Amino acid sequence: MLLEVKGLNKRYEGQVACEDVSFDLWPGEVLAIVGESGSGKTSLLKCISTQLGFDSGTVHYKGADLGAMGEAAKRELMRTQWGFVHQDARDGLRMGVSAGANVGERLMAVGERHYGSIRQTAAEWMARVEIDPARMDESPRQFSGGMRQRLQIARNLVSRPQLIFMDEPTGGLDVSVQARLLDLLRGLVRDMGLAAIVVTHDLAVAKLLSSRIMVMQKGRVVEQGLTDQVLEDPQAAYSQLLVSSVLQV
Amino acid sequence: MQHLLEITALEKHFILHLQESQRIDVFSDFSLTLDEGQSLGLAGPSGKGKSSLLKIIWGSYQPQAGSIRIRHRGEVVDIMRASPREVLDIRRHTIGYVTQFLRVIPRVPAIDVVAEPLLERGVAPEKARQRASELLERLSIPEKLWKLPPLTFSGGEQQRVNIARGFCAPSPVLLLDEPTASLDALNRARVLELVRDALSAGSAVIGIFHDEAERLSVCSRSLIL
Repeated sequence: MLLEVKGLNKRYEGQVACEDVSFDLWPGEVLAIVGESGSGKTSLLKCISTQLGFDSGTVHYKGADLGAMGEAAKRELMRTQWGFVHQDARDGLRMGVSAGANVGERLMAVGERHYGSIRQTAAEWMARVEIDPARMDESPRQFSGGMRQRLQIARNLVSRPQLIFMDEPTGGLDVSVQARLLDLLRGLVRDMGLAAIVVTHDLAVAKLLSSRIMVMQKGRVVEQGLTDQVLEDPQAAYSQLLVSSVLQV
Repeated sequence: MQHLLEITALEKHFILHLQESQRIDVFSDFSLTLDEGQSLGLAGPSGKGKSSLLKIIWGSYQPQAGSIRIRHRGEVVDIMRASPREVLDIRRHTIGYVTQFLRVIPRVPAIDVVAEPLLERGVAPEKARQRASELLERLSIPEKLWKLPPLTFSGGEQQRVNIARGFCAPSPVLLLDEPTASLDALNRARVLELVRDALSAGSAVIGIFHDEAERLSVCSRSLIL
């Protein structure tokens, strides 16, 4: 098992963000956490990825208790084994350095030292996320929203992490740009055997990327199961409402 | 367990929470067994649970009671009580499912859509695509379409791609949801031929066939729901 979350609770100033959340994640599995704004899904993602402390419960990564882990060890984990794709690419990229450096930096963080091979790998990854490598010396400020998001993905995947956290990875992008990004992500996750936790309010994103879904409402998990099971035969009233609210084209 | 598949005392209803918790009963105390090489044809008016039965076996519908035991990699597993990981493993290795409509994934070429079940079993891409192209050819999909995503194909072409996908990896249990609907006579005959081939290779089949002659030609038993 890669990740084991047990009885996680988190409150903000008396308000419940996550209540008694438990789930497992195995290598290569993609779990989607769905629910409307304020359902606690982003807080949960932050708690699990050690960006936010929690009140009670445990999170184990490969058997190690994250609650008992020192700051240095956590940073090491984030740098070498985890990736984080933010909704706003500006939160995940360094906007002041070139696109190629954004990708190359992660390689240096995992110990790669040879300039030529870093540049070479960065170029390969830019091509893999469908950005012309000829633009690697440009600043991400000159990129469109969709390109920035793809660059953020390249920056995260270049160091071959085992677990990637994604918070609304397609939020704020045009529909056609979304489709391309989702398809790219789906292929990369599959080819690399990545495990991922994707927070999204968009069930279409969950359907395309995940094998399992967890439905959250008011900080609680109201239902979890295989993606097609939750989407085709939702049991909880709230899941039925979510599924029936999807616009059919 | 002697049988390949054994459904016992199945109970399935839907509670529609958004419609005053209206309850729709689909199965109550329903039992069924299936062995290697056997084929069960499902028929009956719509809304009586034919597709639901296939979805229950596939694990995408959750029954309230009973058991669905299947022989999977030499062991007996109850699909209703299996973990999501186990259900995915059963789907990968033991159950093949031809759905009514192809779930199209943007930008994935038809040949890879068809080859995917074999790729998921770890078969080499070259070999998987070879098998996929044989099936596409057999179901008369023109070769110039193989490299295109099926999004733009006609309804009938999409359905044939879907059938090819369902038959690509040999599965001990095959679920077929109206595999011959809306196909022309030639392709209907080809699909029935694929079903017969699967049966003689030892697969068990549960299929929805509205045409009685078709059903009788491939099914050893019929169940009118």
